[in-house]
Amino acid sequence: MSTPAPVVELRGVRKQFGRGGVLALEGIDLEVGAGEFVSLIGPSGCGKSTLLRIVGDLTDPTSGEVVVNGKTARQARIDRDYGIVFQDAVLYDWRTVAKNISLPLEMLGWERGRRTSRVEEMLELVELTGFESHHPWQLSGGMQQRVSIARALSFDPALLLMDEPFGSLDEMTRERLNMELLRIWEQAASTIVFVTHSIAEAVFLSTRVVVMSPRPGRIASVVPIDLGRPRTVETREDPRFFELVTEVRELLRAGGAELAAPEEVEA
Amino acid sequence: MCYGWGMLRRAVVFVAVLAGLVALYEGYKWIWESAGFGWPFEVNDRTMPHTWDIVGQLFEPSRRNGPLLIEVLWDAALFTAKEAAVGFALGAVAGFLIAVLLVHFSFLRRGILPYIVASQTVPILAIAPMVVVWLGGRGLPSWFPVSVIAAYLTFFPVTINALRGLESADPRALELMDSYAAGRWAVLWKLRVPASLPYLFAAFKISATACVVGAIIGELPASIQDGLGGAILNFNQYYASSPESLWATNLIAALLGIAFFLVVVGVERLVVRAAPEELI
Repeated sequence: MSTPAPVVELRGVRKQFGRGGVLALEGIDLEVGAGEFVSLIGPSGCGKSTLLRIVGDLTDPTSGEVVVNGKTARQARIDRDYGIVFQDAVLYDWRTVAKNISLPLEMLGWERGRRTSRVEEMLELVELTGFESHHPWQLSGGMQQRVSIARALSFDPALLLMDEPFGSLDEMTRERLNMELLRIWEQAASTIVFVTHSIAEAVFLSTRVVVMSPRPGRIASVVPIDLGRPRTVETREDPRFFELVTEVRELLRAGGAELAAPEEVEA
Repeated sequence: MCYGWGMLRRAVVFVAVLAGLVALYEGYKWIWESAGFGWPFEVNDRTMPHTWDIVGQLFEPSRRNGPLLIEVLWDAALFTAKEAAVGFALGAVAGFLIAVLLVHFSFLRRGILPYIVASQTVPILAIAPMVVVWLGGRGLPSWFPVSVIAAYLTFFPVTINALRGLESADPRALELMDSYAAGRWAVLWKLRVPASLPYLFAAFKISATACVVGAIIGELPASIQDGLGGAILNFNQYYASSPESLWATNLIAALLGIAFFLVVVGVERLVVRAAPEELI
């Protein structure tokens, strides 16, 4: 099996806030291959969100190298290689669902007809057909987040960055959206870097789980997830699933991390 | 159905409040007159004419064999409305552009904002004659300086609120635009401006009445006779013999302000989709 070209390469990434300020990340080396689903997990303050923002060029590393698709992170951003999903949907209230999804397409200068047909495809993908002319406040939290995912995927970005996208949803909605995300990931053949507080979520979704430890944020361990695909409701009852969950939990504890509750929100 | 009831209820409340205000005015007048109170001022038909006399005056000839007062005031109100509307447009555009400028060049903000605030502490009556001198006799219509004076009162609330509104965009929404490598214009038109609309309309509501006041006051130094300002000046001279005329003129001026306000509310309903149901 040939290794696919890495989409993300991080070498010696270090991030310090302000001069002499908090050291958020140190010595981060990581590669994410095309088509991978990599989760970053760790307690609050381990810098996992900061790391995601560095990959997406929303903040600069203090030192170290960030290469995305063989380019600098900035160039990748200018080339619109990123789709981003935040913890909150961050939809524009004054736009309908359809208009929210087509926002990045407008930025890319797609003409109206092409935008409309793509929006229809995306609505189908996230199972929101029929809601195109609704406004965000008319949707539930889970539906809003699906719109946000559709928006992020609408322009086929090389890399999908997700920062605790299901963190503010209830457990039931979260598990359903996990399934949907896997289906979308397989259908869209995208590469995903996913930040989460939830061990179960990380294990269930990922091809690899990156366990981080705090102060300063470092990569404590990388756990390959060898669960079969497609992953289904039964996967969560698979003994191997429990073994992997336990392994990640112990790595987190060994990293000096007081285990964060899944619903805890990172400050 | 609910909509119909809401309208009816609103109409009933409106009439009830109006009746209450009239009753308050007439009640005060009656008590002070019959008791002969001299404080804070002596009440009689000259200082406080009856409300029905004020309204009745509208349907009396404005002078011997002349048109009815309401016809004269209607024409004056239209004239002042034109000045105020042009002033509102000038002021709103200028106020918004200043805000856009200050949002994008934050180093300008600290330097310029104090002068913008200072501009509003100078009484309009002190500025107005200069504006009339500067802009008079340049081939512009004679009422144009009045519009500029109205604009002077309009721009300030627009600038202050637009500044607030343009910065009200969610920081993550701005990051989202960053992730699309969106340029300044795209961020402005697709995010900052729509996010600022509720703030802008709050400012427009203040400015809607301010521009009418600005137009009326501006007519005085500009010596414009055709508007409500001219009418107020005129009827002020005849107050002793016909106080109702001045009161009636003030009534029309107030109605003009309300009309401007309602136009803004109507436009807001059309433009701001996410606005809450009840705005007035």
